[in-house]
Amino acid sequence: MNYNIDYLEQLEAEAIFILREVFEQFNNSCLLFSGGKDSIVLIRLAQKAFFPNKIPFKILHIDTGYNFGEVISFRDKIIDKLNLDLTIASVEDLINDPNINTNDFSDRNRLQIPVLLNVIQKEGFDAAIGGGRRDEEKVRAKERVFSHRDKNGRWNPESQRAELWNLYNGNKNDGEHFRVFPLSNWTEMDIWNYISNENLEIPSIYFSHKRNVITRDGILLAKSDFIEFKEEDVFEKDVRCRTVGDITTTGLWESKATTIEDIIAEISVSNVGERGKRADDKLSLNSMEDRKRKGYF
Amino acid sequence: MKNEKQLFRFTTIGSVDNGKSTLIGRLLHDSKAIYKNQYEELENLKSLWHNDQVNLAHLTDGLKREREEGITIDVAYRYFSTPKRKFIISDSPGHLEYTRNMVTGSSNANAAVILIDAANGLDEQTKRHTIISSLLRIPHIIVCVNKMDKVGFKRQRFEEIRQDYESFSSKLQFSDVRFIPISALNGDNIVSKSQKMPWYDGTTLMYTLENMYFSGDKDLVNCRFPIQTIIQNNEGKYLSGTVAGGIFKKGDKVLVLPQEKTSTITRISLFDKEYVEAIPMQSVTMELADDIEIKRGDLIARPNNKPTVSTDIDAMICWFDDNKELEIGNDYIFFSLANESICKISSILYKLNIETLHRDLDFGKIEANDIARIQIKTTSNVLYDSYSKNRKMGSFILIDKTTNNTVAAGMIR
Repeated sequence: MNYNIDYLEQLEAEAIFILREVFEQFNNSCLLFSGGKDSIVLIRLAQKAFFPNKIPFKILHIDTGYNFGEVISFRDKIIDKLNLDLTIASVEDLINDPNINTNDFSDRNRLQIPVLLNVIQKEGFDAAIGGGRRDEEKVRAKERVFSHRDKNGRWNPESQRAELWNLYNGNKNDGEHFRVFPLSNWTEMDIWNYISNENLEIPSIYFSHKRNVITRDGILLAKSDFIEFKEEDVFEKDVRCRTVGDITTTGLWESKATTIEDIIAEISVSNVGERGKRADDKLSLNSMEDRKRKGYF
Repeated sequence: MKNEKQLFRFTTIGSVDNGKSTLIGRLLHDSKAIYKNQYEELENLKSLWHNDQVNLAHLTDGLKREREEGITIDVAYRYFSTPKRKFIISDSPGHLEYTRNMVTGSSNANAAVILIDAANGLDEQTKRHTIISSLLRIPHIIVCVNKMDKVGFKRQRFEEIRQDYESFSSKLQFSDVRFIPISALNGDNIVSKSQKMPWYDGTTLMYTLENMYFSGDKDLVNCRFPIQTIIQNNEGKYLSGTVAGGIFKKGDKVLVLPQEKTSTITRISLFDKEYVEAIPMQSVTMELADDIEIKRGDLIARPNNKPTVSTDIDAMICWFDDNKELEIGNDYIFFSLANESICKISSILYKLNIETLHRDLDFGKIEANDIARIQIKTTSNVLYDSYSKNRKMGSFILIDKTTNNTVAAGMIR
């Protein structure tokens, strides 16, 4: 008998530890759920962490209104199956709110920031658990697992608290909150291997399917009612999503992958990171840091 | 079925000038952990190049200020994987003022990779880092003598550096120190064996990292299960946490502390899986035969093998706070795996000079990045083992009650 623990089991144990710390250290926590693969893994980890009781966190979806239909129906199915308490905060509502000035309607990605901060304040959430990983973006690589936000929801990367061993300091003043990232040390490949091991269901858009697409700045985007296009520029391709975001900014990948194993094989020879086709990250070298400082996920 | 792939954490030590980012870049590149788009982004930023080479530090210098000032402010985490292991590198900046980053980067490391420039030999930074590795009880040290190409791949130079390092580190508590002559730039002894140093009969760096035996570093003897959370419903009480030491088996007689109540483990599980035994680092839920009043911070051990239960703590600390010095008599929050308690510093015994190991009794004050031995008095009982026996049971942080900042990291003696 060897007493070694498998790497995925160790990552799982460390993430479960973090989720239980959130439960113990905060009073009103939510788990951000987009229907994407990382949040699906988070839900499974939270199930394990508190079994046989149900997940003690509210589930929060920041809805840009520009969704892949498949993801929304998947979300509703999971919420129903696990009997979870879903809160939807919508960008649409913010835009329609006459009291709030949203000048930049063109960019719903940025509008997620005030929507998220508003719902955190309104619901009095003191911790929001997210699926961010350090390998996906280099600003995230600098962020703590327990990441402090000031009264205005802002992140200050230069004054982050030291985080050592597995001791997570969630102390804060009233009105401040934390973002918590239990998947910090997971890579995209770890996520897929875990989904495969646990046999987790994922939205169909992660698998290859035929879809009408258009090309924008070298990126394939799904044809939808939310973007302008000329009918003659639309063509059909076998594509899949590697990340799930707003339908107007999530680039599609040409792919024939129809199973999780196909996806794993495809990623292991890929030249480009998963966010390589996210138009929202391409804005500038500092775009993620600028958004995060203001309160982005 | 247990998969044989394990998670291995190591910290890299040495400055950019010692070729650290070249080395990391090579490990990531050769294990295909860098994507082409990330590399191209770097190549395009020629203003950030270092000595005509792409500076791989910028792969993880994610903050605007780091890129603008060409410095690494914070510990960076990098990931790569081989068929045998998943690796997490914690890469900390090496300047004196960043001692706290070195401490942070070393806290969970299974090994430290120390880079020494073959032409320059040991420098102050190497020594400082080595002492911190020793304080943090990193079990394995891999000394890479880099830039062997600059010294004609000569064995004699390698042996000189090895002797220097051994005579310096003999005062410290390391049980496993290895030396590898490398050239990170050209890839000698990184992944494949160097043809230019036939006199070296050891293994390459990658082989060492992939095959180093570290299962024995875990404490499989002293059973410690700190209760993290208690899940309760009509059917029962599920004591949940991560095993910090020892092997717990179903049917074992156990002792619940600090209550000193004995009971028996009736079930060990997690979600849909039931286990016959639980091993260190495993996350489980335990059920006991008796309904004992129990709370977060209590601990399950074995009747004849208990941790210390006390309000007095003797520890080495690294002070972190830039704005305030350590103050005797001030209230801090003592926070460890199993416990949280208000505490006061009762005395400061000495400040450690991390370049000479000298114990400075006439230190004035303890400020950011200083390392000191102190005595702490907590207001309620704390359960702990010495850090040298169990890193999880012997580590703690101090939190400032007014700013909520983590102001110190501590290792219990």
